[in-house]
Amino acid sequence: MDEKIRHILEILENDARTSPEEIASFTDMSAQEVSQAIAKLEETGVIRHYKTIVDWDLVGENYVYAVIELKVTLERNQGYQAIAERIYKFPEVRSVRLLSGNYDISLTVRGKSMKDVAFFVAEKIATLDQVQSTSTHFVLKTYKEDGVILHEPETIQRLPVSF
Amino acid sequence: MIRDGSEPDFPIRFYIPEYLYNFYGVFCLRPSCDPSKFVADVMKEIPPSGIRRFFDLVSGLEDVISLGVGEPDFITPWHIREMCIHSLEKGQTSYTSNYGLPELRDELTRTYYRRYGLDYNPSSEILITTGVSEALDIAVRTVVNPGDEVIIVQPSYVAYMPSVILAGGKPVIVSTHRDDEFSLTAESLKPAITDKTKAIILNFPNNPTGAIMSKEGLEDIADLVVENDLFVISDEVYECLTYEGKHVPLSSLEGMKERTVMLNGFSKAYAMTGLRLGFAMGSPEIIHSMMMIHQYCMMCAPVTAQVGAIEALRHGKDEMERMVREYDRRRHFIVRGFNRIGLECCNPKGAFYAFPYIGNTGLSSSEFAERLLDEKKVVAIPGDAFGEAGEGFLRCAYAASTNDIRKALDRMEDFVDGLKQ
Repeated sequence: MDEKIRHILEILENDARTSPEEIASFTDMSAQEVSQAIAKLEETGVIRHYKTIVDWDLVGENYVYAVIELKVTLERNQGYQAIAERIYKFPEVRSVRLLSGNYDISLTVRGKSMKDVAFFVAEKIATLDQVQSTSTHFVLKTYKEDGVILHEPETIQRLPVSF
Repeated sequence: MIRDGSEPDFPIRFYIPEYLYNFYGVFCLRPSCDPSKFVADVMKEIPPSGIRRFFDLVSGLEDVISLGVGEPDFITPWHIREMCIHSLEKGQTSYTSNYGLPELRDELTRTYYRRYGLDYNPSSEILITTGVSEALDIAVRTVVNPGDEVIIVQPSYVAYMPSVILAGGKPVIVSTHRDDEFSLTAESLKPAITDKTKAIILNFPNNPTGAIMSKEGLEDIADLVVENDLFVISDEVYECLTYEGKHVPLSSLEGMKERTVMLNGFSKAYAMTGLRLGFAMGSPEIIHSMMMIHQYCMMCAPVTAQVGAIEALRHGKDEMERMVREYDRRRHFIVRGFNRIGLECCNPKGAFYAFPYIGNTGLSSSEFAERLLDEKKVVAIPGDAFGEAGEGFLRCAYAASTNDIRKALDRMEDFVDGLKQ
């Protein structure tokens, strides 16, 4: 990978709001070059999406999250993709992954209450023809999300002056 | 009583009781005889560190932004800390071999073979030390006879001159210049060499200038070294922080391995400053003599840090490269910033220091640094702390968060604008 592209991606992965001018100041590119590079990265799908990680608890919106394990049966002419597509269209579903191991698909679901999530799984997911079984695990606390630690880390005091 | 927050209406006096006296800013009990007579004469030749005054100025101030540090602002990568913790849980807290853990020396041999094709025997040519500081001290003591001249290239790290003086040697200063981007040239080195010259201390990538040496530049130096039958103590602790081009270890040049002891450590590359771990690589004769001093003054380097260092060499490459890329971005940012606010700054190709020129402000380095701290609460180290050749410059570490660097640059811009009026 081109080192310049790596710099752009690392900066944006860390803070998506960094402007092309700022990115340019960290590299030996001009702001225009950076804008062009980003446009190309967006066009080619290298950059998929810009989003914000929100700690909803702090504004009193106590969302309930659950990880759902699914065992599925595959039908003729239909692979995992078809099942995943059926499932990921529900806005309650935050992520869908195909896994190796004891079960096939793992979902993250968000709801307003445990009941909300439980009913969603019982009514919308468990009832799908291809779904053999579901197992729901409610999230009690999230410590780290997408590489971001969700509590204030302790700061370490360095000497202000040293050679 | 202070009426308007500026001037007290009567002078405030401090009364120091008879039984106390002021020793470097600390009030101590007055002794019954003068203990300074017990201090060896050689100590008087070592100038007091100018940094102490700075420490006193900084302490007590709030909202200070420091570009005055000589260490990474990253915390040691977790996998390294975790390995140290695990070794403590296992109870690995005993002495190691004087030379250091064999596994660590094996890893160093492998690492330097992979990086540069260097071939150091782990059983006889590597010594693990308590930081590069110790390695420097014992390397100098190993090669310097009383009266030997040792060439020190300045601006450079502050410990070289005291080490030479303590070993009874005579420091001879050679300066590098902004016109050469602070690289050492054979022309400036040559006149300093006399028949008493025993060794040269080199430090590239350089603290405080960020200068590096090109392969061709180093070869010129190496030719002079061989021609005059000299030895080189090469402090390459910033080796991994080379942003443009590739670092060239002096010992990788033809005929230099046996004339060089390479000093290096884990502090900068793996953000392990407080763990105190360094190493020396050289000929068995030099390393064995260094080990003789080391075994009596240090016994062995801290075992927990050695365990962490093994982990760093085995699995630390990705994290280290990530930190280096982050420094590289800040480097662009701070150098552009200085040039924008009118403090001319040449491009530092290594380490994590920018060395802007402040001579055209009409202030000396110390005046600039002290007023900057006093008026704008930004800490930077005056260049003359690293030798006379540093006068007119300021060492600014960009091992600080981008936000802090941005704020510091803004404040410095205000300060410089204020000077013009």
